[in-house]
Amino acid sequence: MKKIMMKGTEAIGEAAIMAGCRNFFGYPITPQNELTEYMARRLPEVGGCFLQAESEVAAVNMIYGAASVGKRAMTSTSSPGFSLMQEGISYIACAQLPAVFVNIVRGGPGLGDIQPSQGDYFQATKGGGHGDYRLIVLAPSTVQEAVTLTELAFELADKYRNPALVLADGLLGQMMEPVEIEEKQVSYDNSSWALTGAKDRPPRKVTSFNIDPYELEKMNLKLQEKYRKMEQEEPRWEEFQTEDADVLLVAYGTVGRICKSVVRMAREAGLKVGLFRPITLYPYPYKPLEELAKHVSLILTVEMSSGQMLEDVKLAALRLTRIEFYGRMAGVVPTPGEIFDHLMHLIGRR
Amino acid sequence: MEYKVAYRMPESLSKKQFSYCPGCHHGIVHRLIAEVIDELGIREKTIIVAPVGCSVFAYEFFELDGTVAAHGRALAVATGMKRARPDLVVFTYQGDGDLAAIGTAETIHAANRGERVTTIFINNAIYGMTGGQMAPTTLLGMKTTTSPHGRSPEREGYPIHVCEVLKELRGVAYLARTKVNTPKDVINTKKHIKKAFLAQLKDIGFGLVEVLSTCPTNWGMDPLKAGRWIDEYMVKEYPLGVFVDKVGEEK
Amino acid sequence: MTLSFVLAGFGGQGVMLMGQILAQAGMQEGKNVTWFPSYGPEMRGGTANCTVIISDEPVASPIVDTPDVVVAMNIPSLLKFEPKLKKDGFLFLNSSVIDRKPSRNNIRIIEVPANEIADKIGNLKVANMVMLGAIIAATKCVRKESVASALEYKLGEKGSSLLKLNIEAIEAGIRHVGG
Repeated sequence: MKKIMMKGTEAIGEAAIMAGCRNFFGYPITPQNELTEYMARRLPEVGGCFLQAESEVAAVNMIYGAASVGKRAMTSTSSPGFSLMQEGISYIACAQLPAVFVNIVRGGPGLGDIQPSQGDYFQATKGGGHGDYRLIVLAPSTVQEAVTLTELAFELADKYRNPALVLADGLLGQMMEPVEIEEKQVSYDNSSWALTGAKDRPPRKVTSFNIDPYELEKMNLKLQEKYRKMEQEEPRWEEFQTEDADVLLVAYGTVGRICKSVVRMAREAGLKVGLFRPITLYPYPYKPLEELAKHVSLILTVEMSSGQMLEDVKLAALRLTRIEFYGRMAGVVPTPGEIFDHLMHLIGRR
Repeated sequence: MEYKVAYRMPESLSKKQFSYCPGCHHGIVHRLIAEVIDELGIREKTIIVAPVGCSVFAYEFFELDGTVAAHGRALAVATGMKRARPDLVVFTYQGDGDLAAIGTAETIHAANRGERVTTIFINNAIYGMTGGQMAPTTLLGMKTTTSPHGRSPEREGYPIHVCEVLKELRGVAYLARTKVNTPKDVINTKKHIKKAFLAQLKDIGFGLVEVLSTCPTNWGMDPLKAGRWIDEYMVKEYPLGVFVDKVGEEK
Repeated sequence: MTLSFVLAGFGGQGVMLMGQILAQAGMQEGKNVTWFPSYGPEMRGGTANCTVIISDEPVASPIVDTPDVVVAMNIPSLLKFEPKLKKDGFLFLNSSVIDRKPSRNNIRIIEVPANEIADKIGNLKVANMVMLGAIIAATKCVRKESVASALEYKLGEKGSSLLKLNIEAIEAGIRHVGG
């Protein structure tokens, strides 16, 4: 297969099409407009439907509609728009519909700015909408990985009948890298639940609603069972030079790859530094991180936020080792040099 | 002796008992929709999108595939369904709070895009499910739990006229306002509902029928008085009629 | 071997395209590449810049503290990025626009009157390609043939009539630095 240079946003769009997605509903917001524009151009070519919704609120409910009649559907947005979608995501999760979301995170809170950020980690992994539900959250660090994880998002969404989110940031969305995109349509059977018309069978209802608390609790228990299964089977992560590491950097997405450069700088300086990069943010790879934590003297978590993933790092490694944090907020991207300097300061080398 | 069927339950209604209050018009309108679906022979490909409000259970009362949308988003959900599966027939059933307050944007834009879906809009000038609060269509002077001194234009603004707003939108193919408080109106309303479905089936555009309805419980009236109140007050604020008809006469 | 570039100039000077062609050419030579643009309000009339990395190994950080090469197409770009340039790094100046000298003396300075050269070829718009020619000749980061084929790819069928002019500009840039 031939490699082509693509922007992260556009590569995600093409990957979605290659995964069999034919329905996209979205609303313009920077820095993800290239994805919406790509789908507007590409979907009609493959017989799909692109529709610019009147708002993110409408877009997420259009996704609900398309998914409920059994079609793969996705939307893409950036932070403030993703906030607007939370109610709909809660409905989709409870109605057990497969759907794929892309959040190209920008600086917040509020209107914030349009520069890269990881400030939506809590919203993505801990809820955001109301009720006891979970979103599958995948965090790519390269354009090629954005392709792989977009395809995986559709696969997992179908497998678990659950919304899945590709959580990236403005940097990954805007940058270009060589990619290969292969067709990866995983067929799935929705014949037992999709709304296709009550022909030769009793009517079917897709809802997130049950007025009887005992019945609704049963629905909740089913969801929880599903989440436990995900937690067993789906955590994904990357380890880089961790075999002999005494210091472990923990970072995801764009910051994950920036920290790879930090590892290289540290190794050149003769320091045994490695990187743990979670790929699934939910389910979070607690166990492998816990294992690594037992063998290092310091964990440095690095994020483009005030320390949101840090809480998950602590869940995995608290009391096993020293845990420190370095973060930039509001759209400021930490450079390898400043992270390295902070690391040196922590281990008393400066 | 041979028997002739004079009356039967529509196939498109489920056997579930309606949960609506005595004198409420939801039941009548449900039945009319079911009769229309039967007559058009589209039951096996029709999907209902129920709203949040008193008719939140509407999807249970029809022998159709269906869902409940988030409050106000029925037309966004219907849009997603119809765009993904244009071969299905999709209709929403919405109240005044759902369609004309929280869902105003979805209503206007679905209508403006000419989505090939049908909407049955129940206007009873009040929030029923939540216990009688002010609706966007509450009449001037009308007392509700959140307009206890009566709705005043200075404080709460004027009642919103959905059909009059939507009629300017070019995507609308059929638009009418009716009522069901007399047998004649019931028969008439069925014709309007059928045309709103035909607007979709004939691929012309968006169809909506607004039905002025009672809420005896929250209006604090008995069913008969509530029925009369429609003529005395509702019709004066909301004139009946056909606002848009691109469907034409049925053959 | 890893080379990092920051290319900067006014919006409309074609710095984004210059960077993309550089990255595309690197990819065609089988190298690992990234291209990352500044985006947002800067795009609208102010200075725009992009970071390009060409490497034999997979690119880790797509942003750099100290680039190996800085290309300044205007004065604000010179002021912003000269201090960040690595020691002994290359500083390319569009001397048609920049009428001042850099302040550092521990860097390699290459002045290219890109606008004048482009003007002589017959189109001011290819000043970026003149500069690109100078960059590849001085840094040897990618071959001229790769740039030519990257250019062909980027211009596509619609721009095929412009290909000759652009290649001419690249060659003029190469000649300017004695490549």
